[in-house]
Amino acid sequence: MSAKKASPAPLASPIGASPPRIDAHEKVTGAVQYTDDIPFGPRLLFARIKRSPHPHARIVKIDASRARALPGVVAVVTGEDYPGYIGLYLQDRHIFCRDRVRYVGDPVAGVAAISETIAENALELIDVKYEVLPAVFDPEQGAKADAPLLHPKLEDYVVAPFIFPQNGTNISNHFKIRKGDPSEVWGICAAIVERKYTIPHIQHVPIEPHVAVALVEDSGKVTLWASSQSPFAQRNLIAKTLGISQSDLRVVAPAVGGGFGSKAGVSMEALAVAIALKTPGRPVKLRLTREEEFHTAFVRQGLIAYFKMGCAADGRLLAMENRYLWDGGAYTEYGVNVTRAAGYSSSGPYEVPNVHADSLCVYTNHPVGGPMRGFGMPEMHVGLEQCIDDLALQIGMDPVEFRRLNCLKTGSTLVTGSKMHPIGLPECIDQAAKAIGWGSKAAPSSPRKRRGKGIALMWKAPAMPPNAGSSAWVRLNEDATLTVGIGGQELGQGTFTVMAQMAAAALGVPMEWVRIATPLDTEYSPYEWQTVASRLTWSMGNAVVNAARDARGKILKVVAEAWNEAPEDLDIVNGNVISYKTEESLPMKDLVVYGLPRPDGKGWTGGPIVGDGNFMPTYVTGLDKETGQGERAVVHYTTGAQAVEVEVDLDTGRVTVLRGVAAFDVGRAINPGLVRGQMEGGFVQGLSTALFESLQLQEGVLQNPSFVDYRIATTADAPEQVEAIMVEVPQDDGPWGARGIGEHPMVPTIPAIANAIYDAVGIRLSSPPYSSEKVYLAMLEAGLVD
Amino acid sequence: MAQHLIQMTVNGEPAVAAVPSQMTLMECLRERLGLTGTKCGCAAGECGACTVILDGEPVNSCMVLAVECEGASVRTVEGLSRSGKLDPLQAAMITTGGVQCGFCTPGVLMTARALLDRNPHPTDAEIREALVGNLCRCTGYLPILEAVRSAATAS
Repeated sequence: MSAKKASPAPLASPIGASPPRIDAHEKVTGAVQYTDDIPFGPRLLFARIKRSPHPHARIVKIDASRARALPGVVAVVTGEDYPGYIGLYLQDRHIFCRDRVRYVGDPVAGVAAISETIAENALELIDVKYEVLPAVFDPEQGAKADAPLLHPKLEDYVVAPFIFPQNGTNISNHFKIRKGDPSEVWGICAAIVERKYTIPHIQHVPIEPHVAVALVEDSGKVTLWASSQSPFAQRNLIAKTLGISQSDLRVVAPAVGGGFGSKAGVSMEALAVAIALKTPGRPVKLRLTREEEFHTAFVRQGLIAYFKMGCAADGRLLAMENRYLWDGGAYTEYGVNVTRAAGYSSSGPYEVPNVHADSLCVYTNHPVGGPMRGFGMPEMHVGLEQCIDDLALQIGMDPVEFRRLNCLKTGSTLVTGSKMHPIGLPECIDQAAKAIGWGSKAAPSSPRKRRGKGIALMWKAPAMPPNAGSSAWVRLNEDATLTVGIGGQELGQGTFTVMAQMAAAALGVPMEWVRIATPLDTEYSPYEWQTVASRLTWSMGNAVVNAARDARGKILKVVAEAWNEAPEDLDIVNGNVISYKTEESLPMKDLVVYGLPRPDGKGWTGGPIVGDGNFMPTYVTGLDKETGQGERAVVHYTTGAQAVEVEVDLDTGRVTVLRGVAAFDVGRAINPGLVRGQMEGGFVQGLSTALFESLQLQEGVLQNPSFVDYRIATTADAPEQVEAIMVEVPQDDGPWGARGIGEHPMVPTIPAIANAIYDAVGIRLSSPPYSSEKVYLAMLEAGLVD
Repeated sequence: MAQHLIQMTVNGEPAVAAVPSQMTLMECLRERLGLTGTKCGCAAGECGACTVILDGEPVNSCMVLAVECEGASVRTVEGLSRSGKLDPLQAAMITTGGVQCGFCTPGVLMTARALLDRNPHPTDAEIREALVGNLCRCTGYLPILEAVRSAATAS
């Protein structure tokens, strides 16, 4: 035995530290491989997609014979080849359109050719005859009984048990809250606010557009390389629609250049696989152009929201009646759950005794609505948090005080009837208000400018099936370094770094010993539902901790046997196994692969150490279909507050965000530096959506599919400072108490800015973005300028 | 399709590539020379992800034809670190948190490098102006600006 006496000085725990991200070096040198960077050799084919020019039409005939005859074209694929349906929560789409097209950009045919140019040229040679149908461009119109039906077979679609399509209509989900009775208390309200807000479609705008490469081998095995947030969900959905085993579809997910939800679920990836099935032995690459990126993968769906809320003279909220009409687009296979999330969160982070809410997902002939950072919450909070401000002002109460009074506290009854878990929202409000200097107003930078401050709250739960699971493995290498297998993706949020921190802490080794197995590969990586919902730190983190503890237990068992001790007396500190009883110490590298000799010298014990672990929440219950009430609707809520200071230029209407404060209850910040990155980045993304972003759809045709016409925030727009405040009220089932913080920082930003604009110049706009033009015209109308 | 043989200096080394007339410098770097650190985010000169330094000036390499680069000197993200030592900008981007998904990072680094090469001590306004054509969707720009400031101070 090579044990020696030692007195290990434990390293500082990696939990709560901010080591630099483990993928940063390969990213600053350009070495990291994104999907489009992988070489596939000279046999690679390139795909382009023939898309519908009509928002709604019946496909009468497709003639691809001229395209097939073009030299260099290897295959042309249409919907005829693939009858199956696909979708995450509601299987309502085909890979390629079959009988009809439902939005401008709907895929009608795909071409594989030896070059992108030839594939593009071939598209012009595909003749499609359409019979144009009446279209729906507005969810209110679409929800009416006499609206043209976009999905006449809605009742036949396979649907998740918690989604409620209304057969014979365009409503693909109707989520209801019936808690108390608002009609009984309107009469006793001291103030009532009624407002309508319209939130435009926007797009995620990852800087890396979608890209997928598919290869079908002679054996029938399919491999898909994709810029993906969801390799396992893509494997599952595509395999099911093609009728093949999940084992025969391998999804490899290299580095992702930004996702924000757009690369979750399945959008264009199935197209690449469907085309490659017709070119066996030759890989097929499909890259979306920036123009396609803007409207043919996922967009953030539009929303028309009606709010009615009332409070007592002392400020207590008494009732809300909210109606959300979601412009779900042509297919709502994913968007139906956005509607559900907005429904069970429809009150915002407030305790309200009487709530009636209806959240409806409506098919329209618009681009496909899908998941985007915040999953319905940014859209919903825009109007909700402005109404809260209005209500406070109407009864003469300070908006911060009003929020402090009504916000959720530990044990509050939620809109779904369940109880709020321990929550730090009140502290977030206090800290955000203090940091922005609430109640004081600095002089504007010029006499023709006005300053204002605004605040907004938010809440958001991971929106997912009740039993979305995670798994992980930990393999020890000869030198006691460890490779950690996970199936959740690094999108930039820093999850690989956080998982390395957790594995190190749970096992008892320095973080520098941990490697994350990349790229994600469904053939080798453990199962993970999807990288969405801000769920990885919590869910995948639990799986990693369980895997590391499993490995730790196996290591201690080996040493205990070799040393004739009880595992309870042993520990791993700094990568050494130590005995508290005998003070002996053994470097882990001496045993984690080769085991140890038995104490009696007869043979060996142990072997290569592999730990595994998983995590799945088991406690989420269903909600009543008619009332939305139930024991536990979600796993948990992350809550927070943002405050901003803006300056409005009276001569131009330009809104400048001077600074922001973000205060969120993160449970426990595993890596505060990365949390700050989410808070700053989310704030500026929210700012961008508040001031600039809108997909301009006219009769279903996108007018601004470029960075010139669809502007996002640049260095010129970022505020001087975004202060990040981390409140830490632990999550009972989170690793070290952590809960997610990826999406939340962009949720309250639009209403915080809107409230600050109101504070500055006294105008409210019913619809973002708050462009200079709109703000100026509103000031003109209000008589503020002439 | 006519192919042209072009000679450039890329990251200090001679490079030769056969390119069709319409091939951009970005495509030439990625597809002919294997330098995939330069990214394509829009192919329209609008996002800055493909920024390289061409004869001392930062350019969107998707807007430059490869044939225009005959005899030119090109510096890409792969040429930023020297003998394994990171450029101060690269090191600063790691410590400030200027990197998240990393896709805009090469372009940001090359724009910032070109700025510091001609103006070693830029003001905050000059840094913001230089980087206004490099879109980033993750970081909110603040840690990127901080990285450039810190690299300028360090050098």
